[in-house]
Amino acid sequence: MSAAAAAATGTSVFTVDGVHCASCIAKLEKGLPELSGVVSARVNFSSKRVRVEHAANLADEDIQAAIVRLGFEAIPFVGDGDVAVRRENRRLRTALAVAGFAAMNVMLLSVSIWSGATGATRTMFHWLSAGIALPAIAYAGRPFFTSAWRALRQGRTNMDVPISIGVTLTAAMSLYETATGGAHAYFDGAVMLLFFLLAGRFLDSAMRARAADGVAALMRRVPNEVRVRASDGSVERRLAAELAPGMRLLVAAGERIGADGLIEQGRSSVDRSLVTGESVAVPVEAGDTVLAGTINLTGPLTIRITAAGDATMVADIARLMENATQGKSRYVRIADRASRLYAPAVHTLAFLSLVGWLIAGAGLHQALTIAVAVLIITCPCALGLAVPIAQVVAAGALMRAGILLKDGSALERLAEADIALLDKTGTVTLGRLQPLAGMPEDPFERGVLLSLAQASRHPLSAAIADLLERRGVMPVTLTARTEKPGLGVSARLGERLVRLGRPDWVDDFTVVPEGTVSAFRIGHGDTRVITFGDALRTDAVMAVTRLREQGLAPRLLSGDAAGVVAAIGDLLGIDGGSRMAPGDKYQVVDQLAAQGRKVLMVGDGLNDGPAMKRAWVSIAPSSGTDVSQLTADLVFFGDRLLPVPLAVAVSRRTMRVVRENFVLAIGYNVLAVPLAIAGHVTPLVAALAMSGSSLIVVANALRLRSAAR
Amino acid sequence: MTGLAVLIPIALSLGLAGLAAFFWAARTGQFEDLDGAALRILIDDDPQDR
Repeated sequence: MSAAAAAATGTSVFTVDGVHCASCIAKLEKGLPELSGVVSARVNFSSKRVRVEHAANLADEDIQAAIVRLGFEAIPFVGDGDVAVRRENRRLRTALAVAGFAAMNVMLLSVSIWSGATGATRTMFHWLSAGIALPAIAYAGRPFFTSAWRALRQGRTNMDVPISIGVTLTAAMSLYETATGGAHAYFDGAVMLLFFLLAGRFLDSAMRARAADGVAALMRRVPNEVRVRASDGSVERRLAAELAPGMRLLVAAGERIGADGLIEQGRSSVDRSLVTGESVAVPVEAGDTVLAGTINLTGPLTIRITAAGDATMVADIARLMENATQGKSRYVRIADRASRLYAPAVHTLAFLSLVGWLIAGAGLHQALTIAVAVLIITCPCALGLAVPIAQVVAAGALMRAGILLKDGSALERLAEADIALLDKTGTVTLGRLQPLAGMPEDPFERGVLLSLAQASRHPLSAAIADLLERRGVMPVTLTARTEKPGLGVSARLGERLVRLGRPDWVDDFTVVPEGTVSAFRIGHGDTRVITFGDALRTDAVMAVTRLREQGLAPRLLSGDAAGVVAAIGDLLGIDGGSRMAPGDKYQVVDQLAAQGRKVLMVGDGLNDGPAMKRAWVSIAPSSGTDVSQLTADLVFFGDRLLPVPLAVAVSRRTMRVVRENFVLAIGYNVLAVPLAIAGHVTPLVAALAMSGSSLIVVANALRLRSAAR
Repeated sequence: MTGLAVLIPIALSLGLAGLAAFFWAARTGQFEDLDGAALRILIDDDPQDR
């Protein structure tokens, strides 16, 4: 160990699936250092990552293998998720701490002033408060000041403008009051206001940082190295970026294909779901074309590249994504919309009270004090909390229900959506092949079938094995298991020959069954023909019905054949478009948006990416591609579709609570503003009113905790 | 009044000490894994056998 410690120069981070308890942490942190070359391992449970310090000569693949041996799934982690979100989160946290410290100490001094300190003592306490509050405001207020400044420079206003003006004026006025030995300094109010508002902001950003972690954990690293056969027949490894048309690419079974091309040698089947959204593997042989980003499933292939890098179909979709106008880019958050009305109103009100008191014959100092009191009372403390606190509570409820909220304004936009477009494969369906009919019922036959299926990596075998394993079937021991590529698996069960594979190989069919099928036979018994298909999510019908009840008029958008789409549409009771290319889906969303509709797009594939980006709001399942998850505003986990209508329902409830909060916050202003204009507000009244209204808003938002049940 | 001269600095320095402690905790990454800390207490650490 000491030798390894001396050479510890590398650090690798892995995203680890399956860490869910204390013993998992212990297993990784104690198990990994047993691998020679590993110095230490540290698990971050919140982000489900393990950071490994290791010797420079230890490859990531070896560490990954070691983690897998310990019983976890590991993916090398590249990039630090959303760095900007984390940095903002950290900055808000320190600002919150500073504001909290200042608020407590200033309040301590203010309480003594309220309880009767006068004269020199009061002035000293005011100076002390100023000494604490002014640096604290300068530091903790920065998030608001910078955001307000940015908005003003672009000729807009947002919630931060009235906040910044209020806080700055209050601090300046209080400083003047202190310098002239006056009675009313509002340092406590200003700092407390910042503290409450920062608390709301911090919770909001903590929620987003958490969601960013969750999505980063789903990211898969696409292999960027491929094997190329040179003209002299030797094989070399190259970066995917260096490929050019005409090169010969070698792709092993199970690898992702790095470029578009023509197959020169080999026979296999290809999973094209990433590009076309079609789940059924397509058989390919020499002369067929394959696309970059698809996965070669069963046999090794030699491919002559016809298009690489920017010329591939995947790159086409990426370009379409880049050029897609973002549906949400023009969205103005509800808090900012409210402040567009609110800020001019309160600033006019403060100005009017200043003028009014001057006309009524008050001195400039008294009139100014009253005008500032109006600004402090109307400073949107509760208003600033009204939106973030409701969204944070709702996001927590959604997270517990398996729905990640990625974008802060997603709930606001989701609540406004008025039409739902659903991708078929992988969204309404599970996006993977499942045996639909023809499976044996007899436990012994099932055991034999499982044993055969486990011997092959073919997607149909994998689907059978997966289903039977989940049903708890135990494999029966077979001898001489062999796989004949392109045909099937055979083995011996005592004297009898058992086979699973192509129907015409297993038995003499006069008419070969249609569709995606596989045949299974024990000895000379009956041949069972197992048919496969992409099954609907179990609750798809109910979910679609609920979407319709919510007034979202769901429709299907699919790249699949018309017959398949019609069949599923009938089952769900909705219609839809078929054979749609990524550009067609984008067009549909674009046209609806042009008609003023607010489209909710639910999709999982690369081909849905442009449409999802164009949509008003988008949702992706966690089983979807990276692209869809990065684009989506919400990501849901699990095999069910009901999270989609659930998210819609929660978003609508959240917005109802947000509106209630606005009414509460403004109602409090309506009560307090006349007092302020009449000149009856003291710092004590301001402090009580401010914390009181904030507490009411928070309490109202907490009702959303059970919103996702 | 003399009491104040002692008590106010004490109050302020205690507050500042708390703030400094928070900054130290944040800088050393103690807020990076809040859920993990709750579980680590359950790990049975055998005494190191050397």
